[in-house]
Amino acid sequence: MSRSRRVLIIGGIALAVWGMGYGLQYAVFAEHQALDSIGGSLATGFAAAADGNTAAMAVSLDRYREAKYVYDRQVDAHGHWIGLAMLLIVLGIGFDRVHFSEHSKFLLALALFAGAVTFPLGVLLQTFSHGPLPRAVAIAGSGFLIAALAAIAFGVCRSSTAME
Amino acid sequence: MGARRLLVLGGIGLILTGMIFGDIFAVFTLHQNAARVGANLAAAAHAAVAGDRDAVLSNFQSVGSLLENRGTKVDTHVHMIDFGYLALLLALVHPWVYLQESAKRKVAWIFLFGGWLLPVGVFLIHYVGLAYSPSKTIGWASIVADFGGLLVLLATAVYLLGLWRYTRQTGSARVADSLLAGRCAAARVLFVGGLALVLLGFLHGAYYAAADLYKHEARDFDLLSQMSAGAAARATTVVDGALSEYGQLQGEKAVNIAAHAHAIEFGLLAILLAFFQPYVGLSEVWKRRWAAVLLLGSLFLPVCVFLEVRYGLVAGGIADIGGLLVIVALIAMWMGIFRYTGALDASSEARAISGESQ
Repeated sequence: MSRSRRVLIIGGIALAVWGMGYGLQYAVFAEHQALDSIGGSLATGFAAAADGNTAAMAVSLDRYREAKYVYDRQVDAHGHWIGLAMLLIVLGIGFDRVHFSEHSKFLLALALFAGAVTFPLGVLLQTFSHGPLPRAVAIAGSGFLIAALAAIAFGVCRSSTAME
Repeated sequence: MGARRLLVLGGIGLILTGMIFGDIFAVFTLHQNAARVGANLAAAAHAAVAGDRDAVLSNFQSVGSLLENRGTKVDTHVHMIDFGYLALLLALVHPWVYLQESAKRKVAWIFLFGGWLLPVGVFLIHYVGLAYSPSKTIGWASIVADFGGLLVLLATAVYLLGLWRYTRQTGSARVADSLLAGRCAAARVLFVGGLALVLLGFLHGAYYAAADLYKHEARDFDLLSQMSAGAAARATTVVDGALSEYGQLQGEKAVNIAAHAHAIEFGLLAILLAFFQPYVGLSEVWKRRWAAVLLLGSLFLPVCVFLEVRYGLVAGGIADIGGLLVIVALIAMWMGIFRYTGALDASSEARAISGESQ
């Protein structure tokens, strides 16, 4: 197995195991509580509005916003880690169809793997900080992914043209 | 049946079931459920205007129940398909997994058992609730689903261990494998088409994240604030305006996310199926036709889902037809693989019988 394939296939399966492990612990220890918090704070906010208590309403709605923001990102991180892991594995299997030198393919594999790890990580980090750094990490990760995938598509088209 | 064929047939079975379930859900439940969520939210907001606290809480309970119903159905659909993809991927890396065939077969059964258990458990969460549960937050259906997830996780980890052992024991030894070497026209079309779909999904996702995601999140909160502030001030027109915009916003968010996810998922499926073309026991012409049908449906569905906000049910109907095309093509390929593997089973049995008679 070539170095580039090893990065994609072994890295991909490791990332899938990581993503599933994260999803499992989230489902067992956090998801139900998060959903209760989202629903509860929204209902409490509107109940406070019914009572004409605007201060309690604002507090509850803020709690809803924060809980929803965190929940969406935690679920996104889980889904994207596993989805990207599967993409790494499938591209690793078909990497011999990409018509570049092994060195270039290794660099592409590293870029893909780095993007697949850092993009969901950046999304997850946004739950700890609303600042620009987590967003920058997510943007950098998605940039790596799109650039590497476009290069791979180009490499595949080159090889299929050559075959014909 | 060998571990690899078990994973291939089981994986495609999971994908097919997940897709059919998703199509049935989209046609018969999704829109109706969204309308009921909207109606209950409106009722809660109007109850708040009327100062009726109990009615607010009761309507939000209904919203919660409807959202749980919707969420668990979507999770069932997504997990079934993703486990199917993972099964196909594990089947593909089989030659590189350094484990005994009997161990691989056991792990494949564990994977498939867990792969079915999780979505079935998730599907039942809404109906079982917390009945007889040992926990205050998690019901038996969730526990069963989580156990299924754990089985899939462990089976995948064993495959990872097998791959690691392969790299340690055989170094750079090359694997000769008919699936990995197959290069027919249908496979090439599926591989390139799949890559293009994944790239399209990535670009759309990046554009949505950069241009709309944060705006949508902010608008979501603003509209809920307007709704509740309007209710506190007993201003029905403000509440109604915010409710109408809120419904529109939820639609916009849903179609963008669905278009992004489906383009990538179908792209991945097309690439995966490219590798299995040598296993599809159909003529080259029919393989090419089914590949084209699959790619056409894979393009129709996300594009038409995306256009649903602008063109309504017409686009939604075409999207459903796109989903149906993917399902039909997948069934055709699954039958082709079944024919091929059935022939292999028959020939190996014949060899075994002739060996015994000698």
